[in-house]
Amino acid sequence: MVLLLPLGSAAVITLFTRRWKNLSALISVAAVLGSFICSCFVFMRTDISAPEFTWIDIRGVFNVPIAFVLDDLSRLMLLIVSGVGSLIHIYSLGYMRDDPGKSRYFAALSLFMFAMLGIVLANNFVMMFIFWELVGFTSYVLIGHWFERDSAAEAAKKAFLTTRIGDFGFMIGILMVWMACGSVVFDDVVAHFSKITSNPGYLTIAAILIFCGAVGKSAQFPLHVWLPDAMEGPTPVSALIHAATMVAAGVYLLVRVAFLIQASQTALLTIAWIGTITALLGALIATQQSDIKRILAYSTISQLGYMVMAVGLASNEAAMFHLFTHAFFKALLFLAAGSVIVALHHEQNIWNMGGLNSKLKITFATFAVGALALIGCPPFSGFFSKDDILALAFQRNLPIFVIGLATAFLTAFYVSRQVLIVFLGKPRSDSARGAHESPPVMIIPLIVLAFFALTAGFEVVAQNFLVVPHEKEASAIVPTLAIVALVVGAGSAFMVYRNREREPVHVDLFRRLFYFDEFYAWLIKHTQEFLARIAAFLDRAIIDGGAVRGTGGATFGFGSLLRLFQVGNLQAYAFLFGMGIVALIYFVIFR
Amino acid sequence: MILFLVLCPIIAALVIVFGAPARLTALIAAIANLAVTLFVFARFDQGATGFQFTSSFLVSTDWQIHLAFGVDGLSLLMLLLATLVTVAAIWFAGKIENYECAFYACLLLISAGAIGAFASTDLFFFYAFHELALIPTFLLIGIWGTGNHVRAAWKITIYLTLGSFILLIGLILLYQSFPPPERSFDIAKLQQAAAVHALAAPDQRHIYLLLLIGFGVLISLFPFHSWAPEAYASAPAPAAMLHAGVLKKFGLYGLLRLAIPMLPEGTHYWMYLLAGLLLGNIIYIGLVTIAQKKLDWMLGYSSVMHMGYIFLGIASANSLGTTGAAALIFAHGLSIALLFAIAGQIRNRTGTLAFEELGGLAKVMPFAGLVFGFAAFAAVGLPGFANFASEIMIFFGAIRNGWSMERFHMFQIATVLALWGVVISTVYMLRAYRSTFMGTMNERWAKIVDLGSDLKIPVALLIAGLIWFGFFPQTLVQMVMPTFRTSFTATK
Repeated sequence: MVLLLPLGSAAVITLFTRRWKNLSALISVAAVLGSFICSCFVFMRTDISAPEFTWIDIRGVFNVPIAFVLDDLSRLMLLIVSGVGSLIHIYSLGYMRDDPGKSRYFAALSLFMFAMLGIVLANNFVMMFIFWELVGFTSYVLIGHWFERDSAAEAAKKAFLTTRIGDFGFMIGILMVWMACGSVVFDDVVAHFSKITSNPGYLTIAAILIFCGAVGKSAQFPLHVWLPDAMEGPTPVSALIHAATMVAAGVYLLVRVAFLIQASQTALLTIAWIGTITALLGALIATQQSDIKRILAYSTISQLGYMVMAVGLASNEAAMFHLFTHAFFKALLFLAAGSVIVALHHEQNIWNMGGLNSKLKITFATFAVGALALIGCPPFSGFFSKDDILALAFQRNLPIFVIGLATAFLTAFYVSRQVLIVFLGKPRSDSARGAHESPPVMIIPLIVLAFFALTAGFEVVAQNFLVVPHEKEASAIVPTLAIVALVVGAGSAFMVYRNREREPVHVDLFRRLFYFDEFYAWLIKHTQEFLARIAAFLDRAIIDGGAVRGTGGATFGFGSLLRLFQVGNLQAYAFLFGMGIVALIYFVIFR
Repeated sequence: MILFLVLCPIIAALVIVFGAPARLTALIAAIANLAVTLFVFARFDQGATGFQFTSSFLVSTDWQIHLAFGVDGLSLLMLLLATLVTVAAIWFAGKIENYECAFYACLLLISAGAIGAFASTDLFFFYAFHELALIPTFLLIGIWGTGNHVRAAWKITIYLTLGSFILLIGLILLYQSFPPPERSFDIAKLQQAAAVHALAAPDQRHIYLLLLIGFGVLISLFPFHSWAPEAYASAPAPAAMLHAGVLKKFGLYGLLRLAIPMLPEGTHYWMYLLAGLLLGNIIYIGLVTIAQKKLDWMLGYSSVMHMGYIFLGIASANSLGTTGAAALIFAHGLSIALLFAIAGQIRNRTGTLAFEELGGLAKVMPFAGLVFGFAAFAAVGLPGFANFASEIMIFFGAIRNGWSMERFHMFQIATVLALWGVVISTVYMLRAYRSTFMGTMNERWAKIVDLGSDLKIPVALLIAGLIWFGFFPQTLVQMVMPTFRTSFTATK
């Protein structure tokens, strides 16, 4: 029921209402709201069971049901996804007001909600993979929404391909688990888990391969390159898909299969370090970006790194807690940034902004709330969840803690830089001077999200939704250090960027994103493209030219006969056909 | 009932040659065929094994050759594919400049040949109907083709005839290898006989090899594939749709129908050779596809590449893999037909399919862009389409073959490489989509018009087929399972 509303809406829009744009939008919004109400209902009641039907069943061998898992984890995700989703649908009404492709946009958004809720509810690996790919597809469609722009077309392609590389590993992992346990349903895998644990090497490989899926989807190092480019999509899409929900699906997957991962120390360590590297990398690059959305994109990568780090440190609670708070404040930041972008007529360069605090009062206030939550300033929500992860690292792995702390410092630095340049100081362009506040349909979601970004971290609020982790032993050292990092970070940003007209610091390595794109382009050119050209040449020159055209089929001893026919016409063919029949009859009669 | 399916297009073709309005007659015949197939589908008893709706006419008492038809789950699936694609191909054909009657007659004859081959329960007609379909293919490419079409027509014809000839030798030897009292042209009887006394192992081995090469040429198995891209690039779109979507599948159908149930030992013996060759299809041809610079060549190569997945299902030699293979035959047929249809429409409007000249067409042809997008994503295995469900079954089936937890063997490695093939096919499909429909548009195309709204019907038919079996693959699995259950219990 939660699932079918958005799917129905996507189908209805694609089939019938492409012409009537506003009607499409309303159908979509109504569907997501209905879905949200159902989710709330599911969340309150624990006794609801869902129907189940067979997707593929080959008796005794392979069985994939379409069935749902409803536990605390999926209930929470259900609520986050449909809740944030509803707000962003409403916001989109304002943001996409005059877009010619509005119907397509809302159809894809509805399809996304369907697919994302499907991931959350899936009770087996294959079903999860199905919806996993579907969200990738909707993400492709939405990034490429303005398809006539070359940059958007490229970004969409890149996003889909990069995540597909991760899914390649994911699928092999699923196959390995299935072969060992004989089932793809999570509960059955748990029941037959001893069959895998008897072979630790196998288990580690399977766990890391499944993690590959999460690396692609949650934009972890080294497959993070697609997420910043994904900002070519409309801003609400960036907020919903590329910040609050889809990219968090990787983390959700890891938490869902935690039983598998936590059985292997090697896999855990790998995951923790990948998360740590990603967190640091994202933060470093973010310090030198000048596009308002790209800064947020790199901060998303960095925050996802924190979540993956928490999974790698074997704490599902900490990862989910941060996912929960992050969904609110990052969606908020993106939507506020979207409000700025609209006010400035689609200007995204922060050096053309400035002084917006007086013109966009509500936007500024909500953005500030989001920023404070992101940098982990007490008492905003990000403080509590990030603090939990840091405390965890402090106990279990000191090097990771140090890097995590450094990342916290960098986060404070680049977020303060962004706020300073965008909202404070003097306006640096005409559009910044003439900016107007956005319409209420965009402002109200901002306020609601700001409320949650402020409060979601408090234990009284959060414990209604999930298990709040406690790392008591860490005492006061961790929060103290975190606050110091925060103050130093924000302070140094203030020193460097106050009243600047243009970028005072240049670090090419960060600005050019550690040359990842160049490196991959080089790699593809020298492997895939190179091989493809060789293969194409071989195919035409040797297999077709030499073996086929030249000698005709000399291998079969027919060469000269064929050349004879080649100069003939249809009769030659008919002759050969006749010969075939004659030969058949001959064998039948005389043998 | 089944006889009607075969005769209807032949009679329609004759009527057209004698002056009936070509397009209308062809369309009516194709729709009637589809309706009858759907009726058979509705009345089909899924629990039963063996052939249903049988009819038989004795052609020759001396040799006991019957013109015999009947369907089981597998052949019914093939008939559904054939009739669906025929409707679409004829609908998309539109107005033809020269010899319009002959063009539609040829299309109908290909359809009749394919339907006849799929529905025959007699070995002789199984072979003969396929041969019948090759002649109109030759004519379609030779007369109405584009580019260097005469050469392409000769090439495909000589190549396929050669393949058929090897196949014929294989079939005759197969017939010969049965002891005289059990010899028959009746496929069902042969299967029973093979199940009771397995054929001698050496016989099985060389017959299987002949069948594999013979059918393999027809299916464009690596390295016998080079006729395919050139022929599809030169063929008029409806011919490419019918050949790549339907007729080519005859070889795969033959392997599933004859080779696997009757030659289990041969299947097992040549399994590794086949695995090697199919990786040639998937990886090597996949790379060749990436390097293509024209949409029609790219699609031609991609259809060669996807045969590799079907072969992987066949080579996995278990009911899971072969069911997946049968499903993918169907799914691939629909999706490639759609892709060729749209490509043909683009060529009619722009006169070129070179990527560097196209771009941004979704702006002027939004409907074509939507359809091509659907078909392209179906082809690369997006869940929700039948292709994904089939590929899943193939991968799960293939990795089971010779599995041990300690080490990866040939089939595990093949499965992993085939999975990488999915990434390769995503690369070329998305590139093609991006350079055809997205990005900035060449000003020359500002005036071209979208597909006519009547084309929505065939498009909807094909997409509905893809989506139905994508969301409910179990309906398809139940249909073909009895066929394979008998053949695999027979082998064990």
